[in-house]
Amino acid sequence: MKKRMKHRNKKFSKSNFSRACLFLLPSLIGVLVLFVIPYLDVIRRSFLDGTGQQFVGMENYKTVVENTSFRLAAGNTVLFLSACVPLLLFLSLFIAIYLQKNKTVGNWLKSVFLLPMAMPVASIVLLWNVLFTRNGFLSDFLAWFGVTGQNWLNTKYSFGILVFSYIWKNLGYDIILWMAALATISPEIYEAARVDGTSESQCFFRITMPNLWSSLFLILTLSLINGFKVFREAYLIAGDYPEQHIYLLQHLFNNWFRDLSVNKLAAGAVLMGLVLFVLIIVFQKLFDRNMS
Amino acid sequence: MKKTGRIILRILILIILFLFSFAAVYPLIFLLGGSLKSTSELGNSLAALWSADGTLHWTWLPFEPTLRHYVELLLDEPGYYVMFWNSVKIVGGVIGGQLLLSLPAAWGFARWQFPGKKILLSLYIVLMLFPFQVLMLSEYLILNRMGMIDTLWALILPGACSTFPIFIMYRFFSKVSTDVIEAAKLDGANEWQIFWRIGIPLGMPGIMSVIVLAFLEYWNLIEQPAVFLRSDRLKPLSLYLSTITKENAGVAFVAALIALLPPLFLFLCGRKYLEQGIAAIGGNE
Repeated sequence: MKKRMKHRNKKFSKSNFSRACLFLLPSLIGVLVLFVIPYLDVIRRSFLDGTGQQFVGMENYKTVVENTSFRLAAGNTVLFLSACVPLLLFLSLFIAIYLQKNKTVGNWLKSVFLLPMAMPVASIVLLWNVLFTRNGFLSDFLAWFGVTGQNWLNTKYSFGILVFSYIWKNLGYDIILWMAALATISPEIYEAARVDGTSESQCFFRITMPNLWSSLFLILTLSLINGFKVFREAYLIAGDYPEQHIYLLQHLFNNWFRDLSVNKLAAGAVLMGLVLFVLIIVFQKLFDRNMS
Repeated sequence: MKKTGRIILRILILIILFLFSFAAVYPLIFLLGGSLKSTSELGNSLAALWSADGTLHWTWLPFEPTLRHYVELLLDEPGYYVMFWNSVKIVGGVIGGQLLLSLPAAWGFARWQFPGKKILLSLYIVLMLFPFQVLMLSEYLILNRMGMIDTLWALILPGACSTFPIFIMYRFFSKVSTDVIEAAKLDGANEWQIFWRIGIPLGMPGIMSVIVLAFLEYWNLIEQPAVFLRSDRLKPLSLYLSTITKENAGVAFVAALIALLPPLFLFLCGRKYLEQGIAAIGGNE
């Protein structure tokens, strides 16, 4: 036992590798068998025809990109994510800064903001229906301003309802992420700046913002990924074929799946995976470079 | 002049904070109030839902509180029980599997340097960030080949292999000081003992975070059961659709409230861990 230990501190040693392997193996097998190998198979299938025998080159990709439903869904998804993610990021950052400064209220409020995370969509659907139906809460409220009520879920405003759902669900999550990032900035820097007579707003732009930049990558990425989960609300409220402004890629994929359009689905999954992969890399590079 | 501006800004911030916290808490009040109302009261106050010209008269508190709908759900809806237990089985299976697989793996990543570690970690992070739709077809193909479609394993197995908990535990395990480990080694502990006696106890807050986050996520699972399950007797509670009609509105409220109770309970007990877990995801390396 003791003899072996003497050699142990070398980095990259062979025994390190085999030991780490032992611990990693169960998880690695699961990940390879369930995710990686089948995904490689899907990439292969995306170049084959429906029977899975004939090589058809980029044919499936062409079909997918030219498909009108795909264009509608991709457009909606991009629009949705580019509307709600920045909104959430700004809102949660400002609230996080406020809560950070007001510690007593902050501790209490951040738990309150987190509460929607614990509410299953299935329980919320009921309230959403009462809120947005014709003559519902929202219509009642808007009636004060002379707006006629309608079933808001069947109008183009359904898009706004989805953005609202997303902010409602993820606000607390992002606030905690920002507060964790803010906590890493040492208070001494602020004190030193204040002694030098730096104003509050200058402090924010010169100290807070640059220090938060590196955290932005992760928070942005996580918010983006959570954006895809909004499908749960859309699906339970409006079903497989919702109002066309909230017809998202997830609806399309589900419908292709039900129709067993394996080759379209394969090409779609590869395209979506590729776009996300590139986005993640770009975000990471973008924020890394500005860090150093 | 500057001072009044500041006061107005302060009040504005407080109003925004109040509105958002109200929105966060209101669903709970709404469901609780609704579940205690009588059928006739619900029929009147929710008239807008089933007749075109009906209006909404929602009061926060029930006029004549009744527990009738609770009893009704318990006695007349055997399907609800089944769905509830399916959810419990899925969540239990996923959490057990995640701990079994991710704890050693995260320890392996945090403890040793080895060639290929960076690539492997990147692969795990990318997999963690992919939404379900990207992996839907590939998961279906492999689960189908393993004969697991239309069984709860189709949800449990991919959940258990999720790389998300590894990422969280990696953050927590990286903080374990090497001094403690070196000391244990001098006492003659083997690697397994070090992991079991030092890693696990010191990583306990991380483990709690993993449990809370997994519970909230898998209790609310919608895409996977909708795609991988066909039989109704296997569907989890997250797919229970409260179709409100004039007659069963009360039961729908109770059903929605009870589905919310387990995650709410866990949230109230594990709030601290939930916050620590999320903070760990975002923390700088």
